[in-house]
This record gives sequence, structure tokens and C-alpha cells, in this order.
Amino acid sequence: MPTFVYMTRCDGCGECVDICPSDIMHIDKTLRRAYNIEPSMCWECYSCVKACPHQAIDVRGYADFAPLGHSVRVIRDEEKGTIAWRIKFRNGKKDMELLAPITTKPWGSATPDLGKVPAPSKEMRDSQLLFNEPKYIRMDDGGLHTLQSNGLEIKKGVQY
Amino acid sequence: MSYSTIIEDNIDILVVGAGLGGTGAAFEARYWGQDKKIVIAEKANIMRSGAVAQGLYAINCYMGTRFGENNPEDHVRYARIDLMGMVREDLLFDMARHVDSAVHNFEEWGLPIMRNEKKGSYLREGRWQIMIHGESYKPIVADAAKKSSDKVFNRICVTHLLMDESKENRVAGAVGFNVRTGNYHVFKSKTVICGAGGASNIFKPRSVGEGAGRVWYAPWSSGSAYGLMIEAGAKMTQMENRIVLARFKDGYGPVGAYFLHLKTYTQNGYGEEYESKWFPALQQMVGKEYLDPEVSHRTHRPIPTCLRNHAIINEVNAGRGPIHMVTMEAFQDPHLEEIGWHNFLGMTVGQAVLWAATDVDPKYENPELTTSEPYVMGSHATGCGAWCSGPEDLSPPEYFWGYNRMTTVEGLFGAGDAVGGTPHAFSSGSFTEGRLAAKAACKYIDDGKAEGIRVSDAQINRRREQVYKPLETYSVYSNEVVAGTVNPNFINPRQGLDRLQKMMDEYCGGFGVNYMTNDKLLNIGLKKMSILGEDLEKVAASDIHELLRAWELKHRFLTSESVFHHTLFRKETRWPGYYYRGDVMKLDDKDWHVLTVSRRDPKSGEYTMEKAPLYHLVGDVEKAAPVDHH
Ligand SMILES: Cc1cc2nc3c(=O)[nH]c(=O)nc-3n(C[C@H](O)[C@H](O)[C@H](O)COP(=O)(O)OP(=O)(O)OC[C@H]3O[C@@H](n4cnc5c(N)ncnc54)[C@H](O)[C@@H]3O)c2cc1C
Ligand code: SF4
Ligand code: SF4
Repeated sequence: MPTFVYMTRCDGCGECVDICPSDIMHIDKTLRRAYNIEPSMCWECYSCVKACPHQAIDVRGYADFAPLGHSVRVIRDEEKGTIAWRIKFRNGKKDMELLAPITTKPWGSATPDLGKVPAPSKEMRDSQLLFNEPKYIRMDDGGLHTLQSNGLEIKKGVQY
Repeated sequence: MSYSTIIEDNIDILVVGAGLGGTGAAFEARYWGQDKKIVIAEKANIMRSGAVAQGLYAINCYMGTRFGENNPEDHVRYARIDLMGMVREDLLFDMARHVDSAVHNFEEWGLPIMRNEKKGSYLREGRWQIMIHGESYKPIVADAAKKSSDKVFNRICVTHLLMDESKENRVAGAVGFNVRTGNYHVFKSKTVICGAGGASNIFKPRSVGEGAGRVWYAPWSSGSAYGLMIEAGAKMTQMENRIVLARFKDGYGPVGAYFLHLKTYTQNGYGEEYESKWFPALQQMVGKEYLDPEVSHRTHRPIPTCLRNHAIINEVNAGRGPIHMVTMEAFQDPHLEEIGWHNFLGMTVGQAVLWAATDVDPKYENPELTTSEPYVMGSHATGCGAWCSGPEDLSPPEYFWGYNRMTTVEGLFGAGDAVGGTPHAFSSGSFTEGRLAAKAACKYIDDGKAEGIRVSDAQINRRREQVYKPLETYSVYSNEVVAGTVNPNFINPRQGLDRLQKMMDEYCGGFGVNYMTNDKLLNIGLKKMSILGEDLEKVAASDIHELLRAWELKHRFLTSESVFHHTLFRKETRWPGYYYRGDVMKLDDKDWHVLTVSRRDPKSGEYTMEKAPLYHLVGDVEKAAPVDHH
């Protein structure tokens, strides 16, 4: 569903330009507001819609198969850690509100800085283990699976 | 042209494309290389780039070893049968034995994973899938990657890899341009981990006009992982193994949760079960080893995805379409109805928009399904990608040359869609592969394998000229005509893409020909491809945005050419339902129980094809009890 931008709501801040994975939200030079320069390369991913601080962007179903008159709106709130959707059908009979969490931690707080954790030992470097392993595989004392530990062989040809 | 050249020097690990594979690589690289210089070059913004930009509602690859659910070899067995035997079992086992630790890290970083309240384990959608509230999956993993990186260069479209001039076949970095400023960026690096993703939009899509962006895989999946590596002379594998998806019509909304969790099922346009009647004839084509409905009913051996497509395609051709997903039963339960909608909002919003626009309420109406145009990628139910080394403790000699996930170009590693023979990795497995590649890349550097790399100014300048040539072509020729897009001296990227897609569709087995091709068609197609290749030297870009599209097209072209060569080479129909070789309609285990491997000579552009042996894990008897999916 290609996006479009409401003239009266957009202030040209460029958040949508910064985020669109398809590089199709651009600022119009004369109007100084954003618009979708290439609707046929829009994935209706809603990244720009979620990023716009003024709810200026909306989506109108692709002209080649989606009739007019529906609406799917969203508000994503990093502080609350939620995303809220509202879906309205074309015939007005269905109107749904759906809410989901987007994170369980204060936003941006929980990823580690691996430059600061204790450096891996030589044994670890020479092993098949990755960061946090083997602990993070089973969350207890089990080791990494190997062919030997699992009683396996790897053999050439049709084997089944 | 007045664009500056910006050189980033002394990089140890350059991550090209930070989707799920690339973020995994950047994250892990910091642990093994705490003093190393780690840089990301990404064509979009890593906070919302790649196939997971809009989020996911499930992590499709999780063993649950912690909860005693599955062992890695169980997953290998599953991926093997789903891909009709054609997988790299060393790479798959390796991915599967590590994947849980990636998921446990995600949970710690704040990704909401649903729990099975009774068991305390994660809520299963199916045997391998767990359910998440994954709207922010990508920003969460990107945040981890960012913390691990010295620098993140967003909005750099990488066009070429740089090659070492002191040692043949060794990588030395990459070049590209900034899609906003237009500046030329040079990254000199000891290693490159390529995570630039799979390819949508190389076969003509079913959607037309304004809707052309509604493809199943993201429209920005430009095949760059393949384009970059093929151009550098890396060997590729299983590029014929494109995938066709059975999805909700037009919106291409995911069906996994519908089948597995909501227990919806399909029927033909007349309300009949149709699948089983196509199986006896299909069994004749592929053999009982690959299709045995009885065994599949008794055990949890799946019926391969391609074979289920085959039944849909044939039922529709027999005039009994459309295929419907029976949702009316499940959706009477309000809880399941909510999951059905959340599932779209979490990963394919467009499907929700489409049903709202067309008043399709799955509670009262069974929606239509369709089979998509083919896609070329390596992390979903298919395994296209680079021919990579496996880990030393698992891999037989033919699959091992020193460093895990290293391609046949020294110092060039892959992750996710970039790596061949590893289907069913999905988001979590792609991230895991990135981690594995990063550890190996650090080791490669520490072993002194990257010493003495030399990149001349001549190479950098030659690439610079190539990068901007489409802008040059435009400025030289556009004023010869009054106005408009028709010019005798060039084509624009959209025109080139249309031609590529039409050719792939008609000669290489797209939906327009019911996925059918043969040796004659493929040979004609290859001839036309080489002429398109000549025309792409004359592709013109009127601005920097179009320059991005021009380079995406060139990467899609290289990917497609490889698909043609591979499809011609494998003289059998291995995956009915993905594509058919009309001249050899049977699966042939005698001659083709092998992996296909290609190399394009970077100097001449000539292809050489070879067969590589298939190894299977044996000695494993399925011990795990059937998993209760609820
Ligand atoms: C609709 C849909 C549903 C899915 N559902 C699920 C699911 O439920 N569960 C699950 O686990 N997986 C799912 N997947 C699969 C999952 O998204 C992929 O397996 C995974 O994202 C592949 O990772 P990757 O790193 O190879 O590619 P991507 O994540 O696509 O990353 C590629 C990156 O490379 C960048 N790039 C591309 N070209 C260039 C260039 N020239 N220069 C610089 N950068 C470049 C892109 O911008 C992007 O950031 C789904 C995918 C889709 C599309
Ligand atoms: S983010 Fe919203 S307000 Fe800002 S430029 Fe885009 S549409 Fe306008
Ligand atoms: S919906 Fe996605 S692809 Fe479309 S303009 Fe917005 S960010 Fe870009």
C-alpha cells in the first residue's frame, strides 16, 4: 500500500526520509514536505508511518488491487514500549483496535557492550563456542552438540 | 562530477549489508576482536533495513534444546527432506547447534517472546517456530550491532568488492556511493562479511503498476549479496533452487501461523480436499524416498513445501481454483482471530490493509491463496548462495578450507541469504551465521592471513568511473531527445528491470509459464541475457536515487544470469512446484544427487559448472517425542 503525506500535517522534519528502507520518501524542494517518489517500490512496511512525529503519513491500498475507503493506522510508542493499531474496513462494519508490546526493557538499555566484557580465553578461541556459550544454549551446564556427542557420522552419497 | 572520495582505511571487519546476518556479524565480531576495527556499510538505515524491516511475529528457527525439545540433527533432517535432499548438512548442523543462544540473547535484549504458561517454555507456533511480539525485532538487533561497531555508514549502496593486488583471489574491502550525498566511499578492509541479502523482483511479479512493490520478499532485496560475490569470482551453489511461496492472494501475507497455530487448512474452489489426489502421480516423478504421505502421516516427516505447491498449481490448472484457506472455523475463537490479525500487523501489514480494503473478514469468508513469482534467496525454504567452508569439527574435506562461512574468495565471508545450502535458517539462523562468520574472520586475521594487502589507486579510480557511469550516460545523451523516457542511446533502470523480469518469467520458469522451462528455453534466455548485459552498460540514471536503482538492477542481473546457468546445468526436475524442466520431468538421484557449484570468471564473464558431493548425517535415530504444538 503506497504511502502518501497529508499536506497540512507534515513539517518537513525528514524522519521518514531517514528511515525508509526503499529510499522513496523524499522532501519536495518547493513544498519542503515529504512525499513518496516511487510508489511502485513501496512495501507498505509502515517504517515511515511509525517514525513520523506528526502522524502525517498514511497508506492507501495499491491502486491495482485495493479499493478505496479503508484505513489501517498505527501509533508506536518507545517509552511505553507498545504499538497500537486500528483497522477500519471499507464497508464500515469492522473496526478493530489491537495492541502489542514492542520490548520488555527500557528502550535501548539492554544490549551489551562486548568491548567491555572479559576477553575470551585461548581455549575458547580454539573451540567452536560463541559469546555466552555454552551457557546460553541450554541455560545450564550442557555443552555444545558435536557429531560425536550426538552419535552421528557424516557420509557421502544417498544415505536415506 | 564533483562528488568527493571518502576513504575509510585500516578496517579489520567490514560488514556489507546489516540485516539479520550482518547485525549478527557486527555484534559478535566485537567479542573476538575487542581491539579490531569493525565497520558497517548499509544501503538503508540499519534500524529498519532488510527483510525484517517491518518486524516479525515468529522466530522460525529455534531448537528448544534448553527445554528438551529438539536436537540439531532433527532440524537437519527436516530441512533435508523439505529441500528434497539438497542441503549442506555440516552448515545446517552448525547453525542449529548455536541458534538457541542467539534467541536467548534476543530475549535478554528485550525482544518479547511469548511463553507457554503451562510448560514455562516458549510458545510454539510449530515444531521449529516460536511466537514473538517482534515489531521492533530489527531495531533491537541493530542496536546491539551498533554498540559493537566503530562506525556505521548508513545509506551506502555497495557496488563492488575490492580485490587485493598482491595475492590473487583475496578480498580487500568494498566500494560504493552514498545515496543521499552521492559521495564515493572506499572501504579498505582485511575481511568482508557479506550480508547483503536475497533477491526479490528478478522474476516478473504478479502485482502490476503501482502495486509492483507488493512482492513477498522485500522490494529492496536486490540480490546484492549474490551480485557482489559473483562479480568477485566467488563460487555459488544451488542457484537454480529458487522458491515459490503459497501465500494469501495479492497481499502475500504469511501463512505459517495459520497452518501451524490456528490449524487452518486449504481446499479448492469447490470446497474439496485436493492435495492427496495429486500425490500418486507426483510420487512417480520424485520417488517414494521424497514423497510418502503414509509415512508423513505416521511420523512428523513433513511433505516438502515444493510438492504442496505442485498440488496447488495443478489443481488450479485443472480448473478448480481458487485455492482457499479455511479460516472460518478457527476465527470463531476470538483469541485465535486476534492472533491471525496480529500476525499480519507484525510482519506484513499490507495484507491487513488489503482485507480491510476488500472487506474480507476471515471470520465469515475463506480468503484466497495463490502461488507467488519465484524468489532467489538462501535463508527461507530454499538454499541459494555462496559455496562456503564449514566448521573444522563437522565438515568433510570437500566442504572445508580453513574458516567457517568463508567463500572461495579468501577473506570474504557470508551470512544469511548470502550462504548457499543452508535453508530454514530464517531470522535467527541468519543472525547465528553472522556470528559464526565473525568469529572465523577474526581468526583469519589473527592467523596472519590478511597480511600485505595492497589496493592501488588505479583500482579505486576504475571502480569510481564504473559507479558513476549511469549518471554520465544520462548527462551525455538525455538532451538529444525533446523530453520523456524514450532514448535510443540508453535505457533507465525501470525499463531494464522490466526486461529482466519478463525474460526470467518466460525463459526461466516464472508464474507466467506455470514455472515451466527446458533446455531450449534456457539457452535462448541466456543469449538474450548476454545482450541485456551489454545494454546494462548503457543504463542511465537521472539522479542519485536512480543510480541506486541502476546498481540494484546490475546486482539482480548477475544473480539472474547465475540462476539461468544453474537451471540449465541440473538436468532433472528436483523440486516440482518450484520449477519444472519440461525436458527432464523426473527427479534423478543417480546422476543428480549432488550440489551444483558455479564460478563466473571475473575477467571473461564465462561460467564453469561442477557437481559437488552430498554428505548426509547418519547414525541418528529420531529420539525426540512428538512436540505438542500448543
Ligand atoms: C514477509 C517475510 C516473512 C518472514 N517471516 C519470518 C518469520 O516469521 N520468522 C523468521 O525467523 N524469519 C522470517 N523471514 C525471513 C527472514 O526475514 C530472513 O531469513 C532474514 O532476514 C535474512 O537475513 P539476511 O541478513 O540474509 O538478509 P536481510 O535481513 O534482508 O538483510 C540484507 C541487508 O543488506 C542490505 N543491502 C542490500 N543490498 C546492499 C548493498 N548493495 N549495499 C549495502 N547494503 C545492502 C539491506 O538493506 C539489508 O539491510 C521472513 C521474511 C519475509 C520477507
Ligand atoms: S516524518 Fe512526517 S512530518 Fe517529518 S517529513 Fe516525514 S511526513 Fe513530514
Ligand atoms: S511504507 Fe516502507 S517502503 Fe513505503 S514509503 Fe514507508 S518506509 Fe518506505
